[in-house]
Amino acid sequence: MTELAILWSILLAQVMLALAMAFALYRIVKGPHAQDRVLGLDALYINAMLMLVAFGVRTANTVYFETALIIALLGFVSSIAFAKFLMRGEIIE
Amino acid sequence: MSHLTDLPAWAAIAVCGLLLMGAAMTLIGSIGLLRLPTFYDRLHAPTITTSGGTILVCFASMLCFAVLQSRWIFHEVLIIVFITVTTPVTLMLLGQASLYRHRFEKPQDVPLKQGPHAEKDRE
Amino acid sequence: MRAWFPYPLLSTALLLMWLLLKQSVAPGTVLVGIVLSTILAWVLLKLQPPRSHLRRLGHFARFGLHVIADIARSNIAVARIILRSRRQPVRSGFISVDLDIEDENALALLACILTATPGTAWLEHDRREKKLLFHILDMDNAYTWRQTLARYEASLKEIFQ
Repeated sequence: MTELAILWSILLAQVMLALAMAFALYRIVKGPHAQDRVLGLDALYINAMLMLVAFGVRTANTVYFETALIIALLGFVSSIAFAKFLMRGEIIE
Repeated sequence: MSHLTDLPAWAAIAVCGLLLMGAAMTLIGSIGLLRLPTFYDRLHAPTITTSGGTILVCFASMLCFAVLQSRWIFHEVLIIVFITVTTPVTLMLLGQASLYRHRFEKPQDVPLKQGPHAEKDRE
Repeated sequence: MRAWFPYPLLSTALLLMWLLLKQSVAPGTVLVGIVLSTILAWVLLKLQPPRSHLRRLGHFARFGLHVIADIARSNIAVARIILRSRRQPVRSGFISVDLDIEDENALALLACILTATPGTAWLEHDRREKKLLFHILDMDNAYTWRQTLARYEASLKEIFQ
């Protein structure tokens, strides 16, 4: 009984996270300015990371955790690079 | 799905609650990204995802693994630390870049560098 | 002692992070962690970041608790603003305040805190004019945010001096 409840609630959480990813994707596609798209990308990778953590709870596998950590680190670097590019037009000064 | 049956009832309820609340916070943040009208308003939406959503979801994962494997090793702490430290830096840089570009393109929409318009409200 | 461990706090944090990543406290892991954290601290010494002296760690802990409470409260407030933004459009706006903090590390910490709080976003700080421009989501609470900022400023000045 508890198993069924926990499975359904994890599924519900994943559906909510997927919806959040879809909204972020919409902002990337639609975004009137370039900075809106970068903001959407930032939100998208954080949501994807949370989705992976939810998968990790569902399957009790630590591989998902490692992936989430890598996404968190590389996503930060890419967002910083985009923001610098928007400000100056070049990444490394 | 064998491992989830090993969770005692209290832990199952706590994990479900934390996970659902975290996912709801994340969803609210993304709704904000979708609905809010200007870029500077939308800049506030991802912080609610990172400070609320990430911490709650990672707590759920931490609790689940701590009870299941009865090892008190919290590697989700690393995710929380990285995300809370890095996201403000990204958003700050994005805000600065956006201000710079707006001043260049449409100076009437944003406050000037120094001057009487610094306090101006957006209509 | 100071020559071997130029940044004791940073070395400890790196060691902790290493242990968390490796998920073990075996002697070999700890040894490699200590060597790595010491070498990385020397590398940072070459970069010469601006140093500042932390004083009054008790004040620092209390300041941290205040910040966490503010962030939690602001989370709920911003969630409500977003959820009812259909019926009632948001009133957001720019605010500029005077900010008299010289220390680089204190400024960086304040910037991170302000941006991490939903509802406020740090935009620009003019070092010569000592003016800070930031954006808030709820213009009705502008006065509260100014007070909060003044409180943070006083605490940071006390901690970093």
